[in-house]
Amino acid sequence: MTTTADNRETLVPFDEVLERYDPALGLEVHVELNTATKMFCGCPAAFGGEPNTHVCPTCLGLPGSMPAVNRKAVESAIRIGLALNCEIAEWCRFARKNYFYPDMPKNFQTSQYDEPIAYEGFMDVTLSDEGGDGETFRVEIERAHMEEDTGKSTHVGGLTGRIHGADYSLVDYNRAGIPLIEIVTKPIVGAGEKAPAVARAYVSQLRDLIVALGVSEARMDQGNLRADVNLSLAPKGSGVLGTRTETKNVNSFRSVERAVRYEMQRHAGVLDGGDSILQETRHWHEDTGITTSGREKSDAEDYRYFPEPDLVPIAPSREWVEELRGTLPENPTEKRARLQSDWGFTDLEMRDTVGAGALRLVEETVAAGAAPQSARKWWLGELARRANDAGLEIADLGVTPADVARVQALVDEGAINDKLARQVFDGLYAGEGTPDEIVAARGLAVVSDEGALSAAVDAAIAANPDVADKIREGKVAAAGALIGAVMKEMKGQADAARVRELILEKLG
Amino acid sequence: MTDLRKTAAELADDLASGATTSVELTQAALDRIAEVDGAIHAFLHVDAEGALEAARASDERRAAGRTASTLDGVPIAVKDVLATKGLPTTCGSKILEGWVPPYDATVVAKVRAAGLPILGKTNMDEFAMGSSTEHSAYGTTHNPWDLTRIPGGSGGGSAAAVASFEAPIALGTDTGGSIRQPGAVTGTVGVKPTYGGVSRYGLVALANSLDQVGPVTRTVLDSALLHEVIGGHDPKDSTSIDQPLPALVEAVRQGASGDLAGLRIGVVTELGGEGYQAGVLARFHESVELLTKAGAEVVEVSCPHFVHALATYYLILPAEASSNLARFDAMRYGLRVLPEGLDAPSAEDVMRATRDAGFGDEVKRRIILGTYALSSGYYDAYYGQAQKVRTLISQDFASAFEQADVLVSPTAPTTAFPIGDKVDDPMAMYLNDLATIPANLAGVPGISVPSGLADEDGLPAGFQILAPALADDRVYRVGAALEALLLEQWGAPLLDKAPALDGASR
Repeated sequence: MTTTADNRETLVPFDEVLERYDPALGLEVHVELNTATKMFCGCPAAFGGEPNTHVCPTCLGLPGSMPAVNRKAVESAIRIGLALNCEIAEWCRFARKNYFYPDMPKNFQTSQYDEPIAYEGFMDVTLSDEGGDGETFRVEIERAHMEEDTGKSTHVGGLTGRIHGADYSLVDYNRAGIPLIEIVTKPIVGAGEKAPAVARAYVSQLRDLIVALGVSEARMDQGNLRADVNLSLAPKGSGVLGTRTETKNVNSFRSVERAVRYEMQRHAGVLDGGDSILQETRHWHEDTGITTSGREKSDAEDYRYFPEPDLVPIAPSREWVEELRGTLPENPTEKRARLQSDWGFTDLEMRDTVGAGALRLVEETVAAGAAPQSARKWWLGELARRANDAGLEIADLGVTPADVARVQALVDEGAINDKLARQVFDGLYAGEGTPDEIVAARGLAVVSDEGALSAAVDAAIAANPDVADKIREGKVAAAGALIGAVMKEMKGQADAARVRELILEKLG
Repeated sequence: MTDLRKTAAELADDLASGATTSVELTQAALDRIAEVDGAIHAFLHVDAEGALEAARASDERRAAGRTASTLDGVPIAVKDVLATKGLPTTCGSKILEGWVPPYDATVVAKVRAAGLPILGKTNMDEFAMGSSTEHSAYGTTHNPWDLTRIPGGSGGGSAAAVASFEAPIALGTDTGGSIRQPGAVTGTVGVKPTYGGVSRYGLVALANSLDQVGPVTRTVLDSALLHEVIGGHDPKDSTSIDQPLPALVEAVRQGASGDLAGLRIGVVTELGGEGYQAGVLARFHESVELLTKAGAEVVEVSCPHFVHALATYYLILPAEASSNLARFDAMRYGLRVLPEGLDAPSAEDVMRATRDAGFGDEVKRRIILGTYALSSGYYDAYYGQAQKVRTLISQDFASAFEQADVLVSPTAPTTAFPIGDKVDDPMAMYLNDLATIPANLAGVPGISVPSGLADEDGLPAGFQILAPALADDRVYRVGAALEALLLEQWGAPLLDKAPALDGASR
């Protein structure tokens, strides 16, 4: 067990890293499929459940039990492979990956080794304007293969929540045997300073693709989609690959970006100091934004892969593959072009929408009745800001596209204004109900009582005689100060346009 | 009146005619076990209550005018490597002491559904690794022909139970000869079906690509009857063959008529000669002679890669076994040993201590061999190479079956050897399976039929018949023919020559 004095890591400023080194990225993404049953048995693959209730002899690895392949999982694997522009193997096998771990019932994982179901593909990712310059970056896919998930350990006692130092551990095998697709990129080189943005954009757009395929819930917070980030640095211009580290289970798009950035800075610190990078697994700490050393993963770690003798080879017919190709959702690039045209977005607006991971949200908000620009305005403005403050993905804010569309409809009807709309979002985060319920409960409707408005305008004019004189002299722009005073008096619940009209009428 | 020396087919007739009942028959078998198993030690666990309950159900069914199968009511013994719901399943290993499976192996479920009362679980070499049952963690089984000798292995318990009339029939498993070799050395019949012909679901795997469940009986007809109960496709076993079994009982009736005109019998050059006991070879050649007289044509065939079969087998088997046995880690079932001298042992410490205490030497030897054969840097030279030779052996079979309809050889090179003779010499022990291993590597079916007693020691020898994959009916046809011809010659079943067992006087 290697221990690293993590608080003494030397981090090189990001810009300096790039002066001396070229980063190479590799991403391994595990997607938990949403099949009804597990990969190799008939147990329900549903999330949760009382511990150890979704189990049978096969997923518990009881002596004598045998696996049988879930056809639906193979179908999902093929569809993912096709959507990633992969070749689909005419013949492939499962293999045993042998290692001991208490949450793995057989002490081997049934996976695929040198014969993956899908291989040699690519995905074009669009970088957001902030992280890159809006360009498209091609990520080459090495392979997508099928495997089974392990059980889930809970380590009780001890300080770290990890197995070492725990008083005891509990294992829930409900997750054991749930079908996983592991998607592995080729080394991504040439991204330079955009490496963190490329990593984020890849995982985010891969998730959109998985959601569009309908093969997984793809929720990072529930572990349906888990990313491992491999990173290495090589001397600038050397064209070689350095020693890599693998940062495990990075649980949000934002963390993917941060983990890449952190590891680049840390690697550079180690290399600058004349030391070598240890090939190892590292743990990502969401709270502190750093990685710490996990188990050492030297070449000595030998999984003794061999073909699973209890399963016959998978040989998907070409007819079936073509049939599945016909079920693929629209190609993401073409779809983006179509939506941009439909929505009348500028290139910049479109890139920002994609880069913020908001394409699907905007699309669904428009589908729920909002104007495209309104949908974009909320998701990329108010909601993106709030997500950023909370350290969440905008999709995980708890605000749905239907909510946003309804809020915008209320604005369009004149029932509320933008300022009140923000208070509706406050209510939505607080779980106070639907937009309409929140408007009613919080009393947010715009005041249209002319008497009250007129009185407030009169009071504002009386309180600001200088401003009033300027308006009388024709400096209409000065009206803003009076409008502000009225809105303050009315606690924001006034129609600003009507207030302006009243001021000009009274001082005209 | 229940006569346990009758065959299962005869007992089934007696049940049908009302001459006996399943309860009578099952009780008689339980009594016989109580009487002689102290000397034989064929059983690790006897389930008198469960067997009698199943027997009562069978009798009630019959009284109501229904039967679940031809063998309904005939009791059976089950090798302890097959999962039995509610009955301990140890695989002859300390590491599974006390484990009671929550489920039935498919073959066990089929046997139960066919109405056969399960008498109990039979002894075996630990995890089916061995040719003598001396590697059982629960003591050695003794050969009914000579209690100082081994009953073969790994399925010595099932063979000895049948040979000592404790059970009319039994289930065995054959990975490299574990049904056929015990059959040969106990004067009984054993069949290894085509790979995939019988479900392996619930068979605690030794080597998944080699294992096969099969019948252990005293006659060829009984094997066919049991084979038809347990055989056929099982969706829970992906490697099981999705097509109907050939008509096996029909093949036996055909063969027993004694007419083998037009049949080509291939004598395999590489399976005989040096290393084979003279008396075993003498009985083998006489049997070939008898088959010739019945109209068969004899050809000599060469399978040049068979000489590498043993080496190939001892790379593939340990490789698969090392992975299969990884699950015995004290976490979920079976033995759990806490290491001494450690206050707060980790999961790894407990695994290590348990596996150290729970596995015997032969199991550890094969785990080490297999782990090595699969290791990075050695895989290609060992496991990878073994798979290539395995293909060559299959090709040898394919060309041999172009020249002959069945291939024949002695089942085992020697008769039963004395207990203790080879237990410390793994290579000498492995050589017992020289003639049986090729069939497992190629997945073809095979049978061992008693061919008589060797002159040197008066102990049984076996005659092996192999057929192409899916042609299990051929081994039954030729086996039944040989059995009938020999019975005619001997005038009585071979087992009549075995000494009477006088209870627990050993």
